[in-house]
Amino acid sequence: MLSVKGIEVFYGDLQALRGVSLEVNQGEIVTIVGSNGAGKSTTLMTISGIYKPRRGEIQFHKETIHPYPTAKIVSLGIVQIPEGRQLFPTLTVMENLEMGSQFPKAKQVRKESMEWVFKLFPRLEERKKQLAGTLSGGEQQMLAIGRGLMARPILLMLDEPSLGLSPILVKTIFDIIREINRQGTTILLVEQNVFHSLSLSHRGYVLENGSITMSGTGQDLLKNQHIRQSYLGL
Amino acid sequence: MNLNLILQLALSGFLLGGVYSLIALGLSLIFGVMRVINFAHGEMMVWGMYVAYTILLWTGVDPFFSFLVSAIILFILGYLLQRSVVNRILDFPEAMQVLPLVGMAMVFENSARLIWGPDYISPQSKFALSSISLGPLTIDTPRLMAFSIAILITVLVLVFLKKTDMGKSIRAAADNRLGAFLVGTDVNKVYAVCFGIGTACVGSAGGLLVPIMPLSPYIGAPFTLISFIIVILGGMGSLTGAMVGGFIIGVAESIGPEVITNIFHGLGVDLEFPHTMKQVVSFFILIVILILRPQGLFGGKKR
Repeated sequence: MLSVKGIEVFYGDLQALRGVSLEVNQGEIVTIVGSNGAGKSTTLMTISGIYKPRRGEIQFHKETIHPYPTAKIVSLGIVQIPEGRQLFPTLTVMENLEMGSQFPKAKQVRKESMEWVFKLFPRLEERKKQLAGTLSGGEQQMLAIGRGLMARPILLMLDEPSLGLSPILVKTIFDIIREINRQGTTILLVEQNVFHSLSLSHRGYVLENGSITMSGTGQDLLKNQHIRQSYLGL
Repeated sequence: MNLNLILQLALSGFLLGGVYSLIALGLSLIFGVMRVINFAHGEMMVWGMYVAYTILLWTGVDPFFSFLVSAIILFILGYLLQRSVVNRILDFPEAMQVLPLVGMAMVFENSARLIWGPDYISPQSKFALSSISLGPLTIDTPRLMAFSIAILITVLVLVFLKKTDMGKSIRAAADNRLGAFLVGTDVNKVYAVCFGIGTACVGSAGGLLVPIMPLSPYIGAPFTLISFIIVILGGMGSLTGAMVGGFIIGVAESIGPEVITNIFHGLGVDLEFPHTMKQVVSFFILIVILILRPQGLFGGKKR
């Protein structure tokens, strides 16, 4: 469904991605693991169209999408839930969710989407009139995911959804991700929580220094000696 | 001290303050969303004045109706200015954003001079000289009209920002630009619309001022300054601050010279503080605010 072919991305003269290629198939959960600065977030931002690759190609359903502006990419169904949530703190929970569904196709089903989100996250419904900036960290992450779901994504990309959350909340968030996937949304996950994310994933990629160094099923990668040593400390 | 005179001045300053509020609202909205100060603000207001004046001249339609045309034309000008100039300088350091906009101010000022000539004009509109008596006080009808319409426009702009999808997108883009991009907002369009609304505010304010003050191509710069002072007084980017600041500056400019003259006389100094020096009062307030509360009355929200 999504295929990234040898993209190279630069920040000025600094090369962040050195020919990253990966595939995401319909219905999968795919994880990209890697250390800080490996280029995981850059990869997602490039797929979202925030950064443009100097070389390489990104295709979605056989359509070349990397020249498109972000708004167009979102309306095709590729939605990112970014690291640090990037909510709108002075807007209410409801308004944040509405912002997630602003292009025509998503707007038509805004009410149903909101019911769906409130069913996944009952806490958000309790707080719908509250300003997003006053929510707790866990609630903000729920709102970020909810806002992403409002766009009715075909491919949902999550960047470090477990960052800064308590272990119980991390489990809740991963359960929700599994549930969203079970309901038919394909998921591309970027995580530093390697154990949790790989055990949840169908497939995974290891990104090191801007290149993919390894790939395989989630279970295979978890058993791999290099991964156990570098990322799990075993 | 003549209390009636002070009250009279305060009242007329308050009414003019309503228009100041609208001018500053435009500047504050643009700054709050794009972090850019529109240094061509006053010059664009002058364009709003000339549009209303031209309509008065050609068709006889009063500025209190034709301000709508001023608003529309200034919206278009603002939209285009954002798309062509401002959008390219958003990521520049602040000091570098100043020059292109000061340059645009010159373009607006001098093109107004080319089109409408350099002279001061005081068009006679229908209500220009009428007034209402209220006990010992008189209210200029044009000021009262300008005040009421300015408040109405302000309320409409606030409701627009609060209730409509575009308004929410504007607030969202002000809150978090990256977040707005990622949810699929066409941020450049939202910015251009926002800039257009800001300049439409100042354009309609210009239209409303036609019956109140003489117009010339050169009166823009003081208005840029005064709206800048109001925005700093109220707090950069705070819309409430812009409105309250407008009233404070309106009243202070109006009663300031008279009060200071009275103080001079009270001290036994035989000096008049002329009304033409009213800007000294505004700058004095600006300096006091910068010393005591640099974030402004309603500022202080850290982003």
